[in-house]
Amino acid sequence: MQITVTVNGTGYTRDVEPRLLLIHFLRDELRLTGSHWGCDTSNCGACVVWLDGTPVKSCTVLAAMADGRQVRTVEGLAAAGRLDPVQQGFAECHGLQCGFCTPGMMMTARWLLDHNPRPTAAEVREALSGQLCRCTGYENIVRSVLWAAALVRGDAPLDPPPKPEEAM
Amino acid sequence: MNSAYGRLPRKEDARLVRGLGTFTDDIALPGMLHGAILRSPLAHARICSLDTTAAEAHPRVRAVITGATLAERQLAWMPTLSRDVQAVLATDKVRFQGQEVAFVVAEDGYAARDALELIDVEYEPLPVVADATRALDPDAPVIRDDLAGQRDNHIFDWSAGDQAATDAVFAAADVIVSQDMLYPRSHPAPLETCGIVADLDPVSGKLTLWTTSQAPHAHRTMYALLAGLPEHKIRIISPDIGGGFGNKVPLYPGYLCAVVGSMLTGQPVKWVEDRSENLMSTAFARDYHMHGEIAATRDGRILGLRARVLADHGAFNGSAQPTKFPAGFFHIFTGSYDLQAACCEVTGVYTNKAPGGVAYSCSFRIAEGVYLVERMVDLLAAELGLDPAGLRMRNLIRPEQFPYTCPTGWEYDSGDYPRALQLALDMAGYDALRREQAEKRARGEHMGIGLSCFTEGVGAGPRKHMDILGLGMADGADLRVHPTGTAVLGISCQTQGQGHETTFAQLVAEELGLSPADVEVVHGDTDRTPFGLGTYGSRSTPVSGAAAVVAARKVRERARIVAAAMLEAAPEDLEWASGRWQVRGDPEQGRTIAEIAMAAHSGLDLPAGVDGHLDAGTVYNPPNLTYPYGAYICVVDLDPGTGEVTVRRFVAVDDCGVRINPMIVEGQVHGGLADGVGMALMQAITYDTQGNCLAGSFMDYLLPTSVECPSWELGETVTPCPHHPVGAKGVGESATVGSPPAVVNAVMDALRPFGVRHADMPLTPANVWSAMQGRPLRTDLAD
Amino acid sequence: MQVPAFVEYEKAASVEHALTLLARFGPESRVLAGGHSLIPMMKLRLAQPETLIDINGLTELSFIKVTGGELCIGALARHAELLADPAAGQHFAILHDAERVIADPIVRNWGTVGGSLCQADPSEDLSAAFAALKATMVIRYPDGTRTVPARDFHTGPYETVVAPGELLTEIRVPIRPGGGSAYQKVGRRVGDWPVGAAGAALWLAPGGPPVIEDAGIGLTAVGAAHFAAAEAEEFLRGAPATGESFAQAGQIAAEHCRPVPDQRGPADYKRHLARELTVRALRRALARAQRDA
Repeated sequence: MQITVTVNGTGYTRDVEPRLLLIHFLRDELRLTGSHWGCDTSNCGACVVWLDGTPVKSCTVLAAMADGRQVRTVEGLAAAGRLDPVQQGFAECHGLQCGFCTPGMMMTARWLLDHNPRPTAAEVREALSGQLCRCTGYENIVRSVLWAAALVRGDAPLDPPPKPEEAM
Repeated sequence: MNSAYGRLPRKEDARLVRGLGTFTDDIALPGMLHGAILRSPLAHARICSLDTTAAEAHPRVRAVITGATLAERQLAWMPTLSRDVQAVLATDKVRFQGQEVAFVVAEDGYAARDALELIDVEYEPLPVVADATRALDPDAPVIRDDLAGQRDNHIFDWSAGDQAATDAVFAAADVIVSQDMLYPRSHPAPLETCGIVADLDPVSGKLTLWTTSQAPHAHRTMYALLAGLPEHKIRIISPDIGGGFGNKVPLYPGYLCAVVGSMLTGQPVKWVEDRSENLMSTAFARDYHMHGEIAATRDGRILGLRARVLADHGAFNGSAQPTKFPAGFFHIFTGSYDLQAACCEVTGVYTNKAPGGVAYSCSFRIAEGVYLVERMVDLLAAELGLDPAGLRMRNLIRPEQFPYTCPTGWEYDSGDYPRALQLALDMAGYDALRREQAEKRARGEHMGIGLSCFTEGVGAGPRKHMDILGLGMADGADLRVHPTGTAVLGISCQTQGQGHETTFAQLVAEELGLSPADVEVVHGDTDRTPFGLGTYGSRSTPVSGAAAVVAARKVRERARIVAAAMLEAAPEDLEWASGRWQVRGDPEQGRTIAEIAMAAHSGLDLPAGVDGHLDAGTVYNPPNLTYPYGAYICVVDLDPGTGEVTVRRFVAVDDCGVRINPMIVEGQVHGGLADGVGMALMQAITYDTQGNCLAGSFMDYLLPTSVECPSWELGETVTPCPHHPVGAKGVGESATVGSPPAVVNAVMDALRPFGVRHADMPLTPANVWSAMQGRPLRTDLAD
Repeated sequence: MQVPAFVEYEKAASVEHALTLLARFGPESRVLAGGHSLIPMMKLRLAQPETLIDINGLTELSFIKVTGGELCIGALARHAELLADPAAGQHFAILHDAERVIADPIVRNWGTVGGSLCQADPSEDLSAAFAALKATMVIRYPDGTRTVPARDFHTGPYETVVAPGELLTEIRVPIRPGGGSAYQKVGRRVGDWPVGAAGAALWLAPGGPPVIEDAGIGLTAVGAAHFAAAEAEEFLRGAPATGESFAQAGQIAAEHCRPVPDQRGPADYKRHLARELTVRALRRALARAQRDA
């Protein structure tokens, strides 16, 4: 069947099988490999992209369901070559190590900050609770999102994480 | 000049935050085909027939490979990292649920998956060995009847320590506490699964593999040995890797099948496993059934430790550790305490489960040893009515005892353990927590405080003692300095998120007075980097890092000679200061590395000892492991009505010697602490009595999320490593090793009013509640 | 990754069109709403429909509104929408309590209320919540509409009374004065299916010390018939709203369920949860009923 999906502002018309998952459409058909997959059961969230402005797990959505809709992926976060504050925050606060979960985390973070410019750490954790990271223990991911929120609000930028206490 | 060490944002982030990383599944080559594996649904069965006709007839299928296909090439079996053999594709029997039976190569992944259903296999079920504690029963079915002379499921016996001395210590002790405990089978589950793109060029004969490998050079040598391909015709590229944690150390059947697929079709073949394959067939971790005994005086002086272990290795012994150590470094289970004697015995057995054993940041079984000793110390504290922090403080190895040789022969390099523990206690507000606990108990509210003091031994290792498949565990580094003074460092270790592109640049920059931005780190491509054994066991900084520093210092010494020529001075009259070789007493007369590099390439008359460049390389053979350590404190709240445990706080003090990039060190610790919450409370690979894997997806293999993890509170002490060129120790696995006992001890502490002595991980709500009823659950095996 | 088997696809433009498609493609066709129950099953090839009928365009089923003294939830309402809806939260806190612990925030963005109810997992939280609220399901078929009480909606694991050719369109909950409700769930981890969960709704008689006029108790994952604890409800009707009554009710609820031991826990633990969580849900429901009175 033929579908037309607008991804990061560009329309793509392709012939696909109805069973093609949106994550595979993005990665294999459109070669937008920034979104990843990491499980079979919709648990890990490495595949999170926006569908009509809402984060979804693209491994659990058919490409056919995105026909006529808008998709935004990590490749569409930066604008005119300038990194999104969320991307800056992750780089500044060491919010990523292997980088595999990162695109999904950033897409959810971007959506969260669009709807809640002053999240608490608990709200950030809750918003990301459907997505797994194996490397960071989540601490710096939370700091990255809070840093980005402060940047967007124009608050004084949060210091990097405080130095650990030194033994006397 | 400013040190190059310190908090520095990472170079690798530029591509990763843009989604421009290259992970194995991102690779698409012209004409690339896709592989899929048909796996056994049964844990133990004879293969009666295997019919691939219908699959081969699928219009988009290009090849179907079976055990028979491979047997023609002597590839149906491959050696494991423990000198056993493992079936690549089953020929006679299947021996674990999920074992590889056939490999389909098709034009696209969906077609490959469809074609699996067209393969007809008839199995004759055989009795299953799913309970490791029954594997050596006289009537247990023999799993490895493929091995000549194998009459049972026994793999090895191994022991360490002085049994006679330990027995004597125990005989004279006031108090002996013993406990059975399980370290459940676990799995590292990196977010990116294992995979490969195999491209055998039929014209040049060159085999290029893009693959998720933590040890690309070792893999290259293994492929050469296995497939009979000349090693210089094999190139392995580990692109960006989405987490390793030991899962990406072994060679897997799917990799070999992809190589054979490329041989047969003349086209590149990609195989990337799905999550259920990853959980059910790749290297698992732990699965140690342990019996611990601790001997002490009545007033709390720990005298000795004994441990007996039944190690479940699955159907093939594929555990990855230095060959002389079938139980890895478990015998460092003496931990952070000054003991008179200790001994241990480990028996390895086969079961009808996936192969593996050493993985998931265990530092070669140190995780198991640390869990044992830290639980035993808490049990001893309970028995003696002593505070667990005080008991530990009393028995920690004292700073003046270093270097300390423990009763099982490890020479701990450096440490100030009491200082780390005191810092942790201060950060946690330990006394206030105990008061809070007492007040709450009086009101019927329940909380627990758990400690873990651990010693790690990482950075394998001295090649005389430590090799993997005969390859000594030394690693190379080569450093080239370009005429304009920027540098390229080739290293053999392989990052999977540890930030090597940044930290290794910092290491070299520090030695040469460069900016880290001026040092490019090349890794992961065996054609472009020196040989080494790869990244696992927290060995990158101790071994490759040392190699990088040694190479940089060689460069610097060459530069001294050239600088002397440039300055018309004697080399011994020069000193290195502020990033320059300068004349002692006349600092105006100095040259930077950049200036010296250009001069080395110029027409300058070069003295003996230097060719027309500054480049240098080395292979670093570590003299010893490094011994990072820590003191961890976990605070949990317990809901006794439901058995639910919430981790309220986690304080972690780590000492990994000199820290090159503290930001990266902290990140490593954060990640490992989450592992502790996961393994202690929710993660386990469980089987039923028929060998069905009950944790074959993330619906049942539960990993902690941002909500279960508290905000980690980190502290540090710095006790340099005396034998490492810059005093650094490894750290990547410390938190994964040290944290599970802290969480378990905390839960057991919370359960003390309910008369619970011990319950095995994972301490799910059901398990906690059942323990409160006096019936903790068996967590390795379900009915 | 696991991927679905070959399937045909149709997009419905209206409820009538959906019913027409369902009739045309027969019992091997399946409705595709959020897909977050169906597509995972298809990926594992546990479900292999021949045709998918995509109803995501049926915006007429996306409502959440109060009308005619009832909270009316369109079957296509996303979990996230129900969780964010102020009217739903105001009248039936149990729905917000339950939605907060269903799956995870991202899955809730796309999964639908109707889809989850029709999936009929024996551990579905919404099944228990709507059972506690004694909701009514509205089912459309080519010639009309029928209603079914929530408690009669499920006929077994993964089975509902929605026949081939029919479509669940709406869930209705009558709003009555003096009410309070709550949901309590125990899971092994955030986002997990419940090990056990209980929802309670209480309606108090006006004035005086609190007496229970009516009670609804929903249970999930513990093998309670029709996701409800009918005997416990019967006990509570007319009883004083006290800790003692709640304890008794919890006991009765536990006695009447048939939990199955599995990886989440043994039967005795689940039975214990049935009791414990019923009591906790009742206590919270009472507190809310009194606060809102």
